[in-house]
Amino acid sequence: MSAVKLHNIVKKFGAFTAVHPMSLDIPERSFVTLLGPSGCGKTTTLRMVAGLLDPTEGDILVAGRQINDVPIHKRNLGIVFQNYALFPHKTVADNVAFGLKHRNIPKEERNRRVAEALELVQLPHLANSYPKQLSGGQQQRIALARAIVIEPDVLLLDEPLSALDANLREDMRVELKRIQEQIGITTIFVTHDQSEALAMSDILVVMSNGRVEQVGAPKEIYSNPTSRFVADFLGTSNILEAEITSEGGQSGLTAAAVGFVPLRDEQMAKLAGRAKAYLVIRAEKIDILPLDAGPDARLSFEGTIEAVDYQGQLVRYFVDVQGMKFQVLNMLSGTTSFEDGDRVSVRFDSQDCVAVGED
Amino acid sequence: MMGWGVIRLWTILVYIFMFLPVAVVVLLSFNANQFGSFPVTGLSFRWFVELAENEAIIRAFKTSLLLGVLTAFISTTLGVLASLALVRYKVPGGNFISTLLIAPILVPEVVLAVALLLFLNFLSVHKSFFMLLMGHVIFTLPFVVLVVQARLIGIRRDVEEAAMSLGATPVQTFFQITLPLLAPAVFAGMLFSFTISFDDITGTLFWKPGGVETVPTQIFAMLRNSISPEINALGSVMIFFTVGVPLLGAAIARRLGNHQGR
Ligand SMILES: Nc1ncnc2c1ncn2[C@@H]1O[C@H](COP(=O)(O)OP(=O)(O)OP(=O)(O)O)[C@@H](O)[C@H]1O
Ligand SMILES: [Mg+2]
Repeated sequence: MSAVKLHNIVKKFGAFTAVHPMSLDIPERSFVTLLGPSGCGKTTTLRMVAGLLDPTEGDILVAGRQINDVPIHKRNLGIVFQNYALFPHKTVADNVAFGLKHRNIPKEERNRRVAEALELVQLPHLANSYPKQLSGGQQQRIALARAIVIEPDVLLLDEPLSALDANLREDMRVELKRIQEQIGITTIFVTHDQSEALAMSDILVVMSNGRVEQVGAPKEIYSNPTSRFVADFLGTSNILEAEITSEGGQSGLTAAAVGFVPLRDEQMAKLAGRAKAYLVIRAEKIDILPLDAGPDARLSFEGTIEAVDYQGQLVRYFVDVQGMKFQVLNMLSGTTSFEDGDRVSVRFDSQDCVAVGED
Repeated sequence: MMGWGVIRLWTILVYIFMFLPVAVVVLLSFNANQFGSFPVTGLSFRWFVELAENEAIIRAFKTSLLLGVLTAFISTTLGVLASLALVRYKVPGGNFISTLLIAPILVPEVVLAVALLLFLNFLSVHKSFFMLLMGHVIFTLPFVVLVVQARLIGIRRDVEEAAMSLGATPVQTFFQITLPLLAPAVFAGMLFSFTISFDDITGTLFWKPGGVETVPTQIFAMLRNSISPEINALGSVMIFFTVGVPLLGAAIARRLGNHQGR
């Protein structure tokens, strides 16, 4: 049974529709991420599940029970906010104990569970500190402890890591995932950071303009986007307008600069009934080689490097192939590096290409 | 260099001009001599003793105290409720109501005093202690609303939402989370209302029913007859109250706010 089920929920603010009819099944114990650009309705969706906003239409079910009219304090959900939202006038232990007190848990059990929760987030020594004495990362762990100590049906997190600096954010990401797996709690996580989303989720929900664009495992979505938006939003892609053609019984797409690219049937099937077709090539699936490199099984084109952007061990090339601009991400190898203006060989495998349709 | 010297001197003169009369009053209240004159001929608590034995003054003092405490209590309660409504709930016409609540600060006190008096006349309501109290509430309310609103805006809504998500009802959330976080402002509002009410004279003169005197109106009445050294003593007591109470309050508020980061 699914832990959370959204059935055609809609949220309107006056004449503006922030969330269009949206349905989603969230399986027990899974880590689901709502990912999308700013303003696409992630927070609005999460707040409807939390009970902080009423859906204009549709049903929200938790553990099979319709909870539309259940007020937030009776929903048994754990919420972690972007800015931690710890109670500044209470100690860490009292913060964590707050939900247990409101559940009338006897004192001894309460103390035991608070201690366990602090143990889980690895901060038992801070029990008697006040929130303002803690670092951002510590505050976020306490906020997490406070939310999970009540053993909620679902854990809701709205950009919980975005207030932390980059290094801490990666540590917390690992930490959060560890805790989620350890206690096996169904989790809905909201972020606009795709690396976070790809690294943590069991199920990724990509949203745009109040609509769900694609739902699936992160790997699946990354390697096989079904819409132009998703192809563009996740990672760096080269998206070429294309026509459906076939050569020698093999169907594929034909686009400017690259010509005919044969595609597998399952990719061609995605275009059925769509008005427009695009050929998508991930930037890291393209290789830049010296012009004199020996031929291989891949498609090969001549191009000119227009700009080079070093990013640590990665390097991003901007390459012109017959007037089309390509972005290429390659590992920086010791032997070969290219400069602006170099003539190079641009290669990719047609197997790595994806087709997306648009209406 | 020269310019700064002049400014410094000028500043010192301004301060002397402001505080010298206060210092003189305090000094003279300890003067043993009947006629307040320099040099001070001897120190004594004589005038304070006489003050304590003056029934009219003791009565005025009790009235002022009662009036101040009631004003503080009512203003603060109303002010907190009004601020909550204005900041936390989208009240239709909220901006207008907010301006209306603050307006008594902007209107000259005499105008307000006369207006309220005329209004009461119009309604044929007689002057009474209760009406005096209401008058004080009206012009102390803005101060409470201003400090409480400012603090309330600083209390993040998600802290309250977190409390509710953990099982607290909205009412429990108010008493366990919002009110404690609001405490320094509530306390400051109370002190403001008390001191403003305690040394108000303009409005009080207009609104007080016959026979009721507060400390300021009592001093005013006494001054009309003669300048008695008792008034100096009374002045010292007033200074002690109106300066001491807020200072004490500030200290307590700081302690209250000690553990509360934002
Ligand atoms: N209370 C509200 N009244 C009117 N419009 C709102 C309200 N809350 C949100 N919106 C609008 O709904 C849309 C979705 O907002 P939402 O906060 O869900 O976006 P988001 O995906 O969480 O974005 P972000 O990544 O910036 O947090 C936005 O266009 C926003 O302006
Ligand atoms: Mg958001």
